Amino acid sequence: MQNLIILAAEETEGGHAPENPLGFVPVEFVLSLVVFGLLFFAVKKFVAPAFEKTFAERTQAIEGGLAAAETKQAEADAKLAELEKQLADARHEAARIREEAREQGAQIVAEMREQAQAESTRIVEHGKTQIEAERQQAVTSLRAEVGALATGLAGRIVGESLDDEARQSRVVDRFLSELEAQNGTASTQPGSVN
Amino acid sequence: MSILSASDVRAAGGGEEFVPPGPNSFDFSGVPLFHIGDLAVTKPMVQLLLAGVLVFALFWAAARRASLVPGRLQFAGESAYGMVRNSIGRDIIGSHDYQRFVPYLVTLFFFILLNNFFATVPLIQFPTFSRASMAYALAALSWIVYNAVGIRKHGFLGYLKLQSVPSGVTPLMYPLLVPLEFFSNILVRPVTLALRLFANMFAGHLLLILFSTGGLFLLQYGGIGYVAGPLAWALAIAIAFLELLVQFLQAYVFTLLNAMYISGALADEH
Repeated sequence: MQNLIILAAEETEGGHAPENPLGFVPVEFVLSLVVFGLLFFAVKKFVAPAFEKTFAERTQAIEGGLAAAETKQAEADAKLAELEKQLADARHEAARIREEAREQGAQIVAEMREQAQAESTRIVEHGKTQIEAERQQAVTSLRAEVGALATGLAGRIVGESLDDEARQSRVVDRFLSELEAQNGTASTQPGSVN
Repeated sequence: MSILSASDVRAAGGGEEFVPPGPNSFDFSGVPLFHIGDLAVTKPMVQLLLAGVLVFALFWAAARRASLVPGRLQFAGESAYGMVRNSIGRDIIGSHDYQRFVPYLVTLFFFILLNNFFATVPLIQFPTFSRASMAYALAALSWIVYNAVGIRKHGFLGYLKLQSVPSGVTPLMYPLLVPLEFFSNILVRPVTLALRLFANMFAGHLLLILFSTGGLFLLQYGGIGYVAGPLAWALAIAIAFLELLVQFLQAYVFTLLNAMYISGALADEH
């Protein structure tokens, strides 16, 4: 649009020699170089370093972050391994204790059984010896008593006149019932001994 | 639009003939904006300066308070800077040497890009580098840069050998190949750089003027022009969008070729 004005302007002014579009215009050439050069130095001095610095910082930040994350990860892994090891140890320990307890329990039961056995054997032995002693005592006392009784009985039988059999048996029966009345429990023993 | 109609009245007043746009449309020497001493300051010169100021201002605003977590502006600036830095600088020159060329490449790309975009920016609407001399300047600078880089690394003769003597070719072919390589690597490159940029901008702008003034003329002509005129304008809009792509592409290609030339000059062997 602007060019139309120029066209028009040129037409009105007239007399302007047509320019070769490829022609060299020193002012434009130099100006282009100067402006570009200034822009280049401005970009080189102010823009590029700022961007490069940011890029480098960002790269570093990301890499630093990654490194930190890796360290954290390694730490966490180590901690996890340690905890797992501890857990395994604890499990192992628990199993060991359980096993021990079971063994101990079994041992205790066995001991108790043995003790009980021994005790019962002892009690039985004790009972046996006691019975034996009492028997011995009874036998001894019986032996003495039977002698006396036999002597007494014989004396009585002799005293009553030993004529007939009926009288004889009556005397023995009376003697025995007297004995029974005298001592219920002891009365049987002389019989078993005889 | 008011400008168009004003000029159109004059064009119509001048005669029924359609005046096609031509090289004259790019000649501002008759209409300087102002004078500094004897120097007539034209519109493309002001644009050049404006582009320089704008590129720096935008980047500086983005980079000034750079923080690890970027704001919106900083992110945009970093993306723009990073695009040239990584996809042009690092990928072409290689991660060993690219760092020191990044400011140059970034400046080059965005300076050209903004100047090209001026072709589409309303009220400016003129591609700065359709002024050939301005494109010459950047091409000349590019030529100096890549040659200087090569000479500094390989020495003058070493660099000449690197650029002119192809390796892996029997010496019998040298008489044929050496002048050709020298011609293409040393002499032609700045010319193609300058012409590619200039011609693309020049042609694009010419097309736009043609379609917009042509559409206006057709409308005034009447008859079939009532259909053809708006059609031409629709095409002008389409072309303007195409031009946006071309503008970006030319800035990109110019910078990319610079990177490739630098990379070639730094190469150890072919």
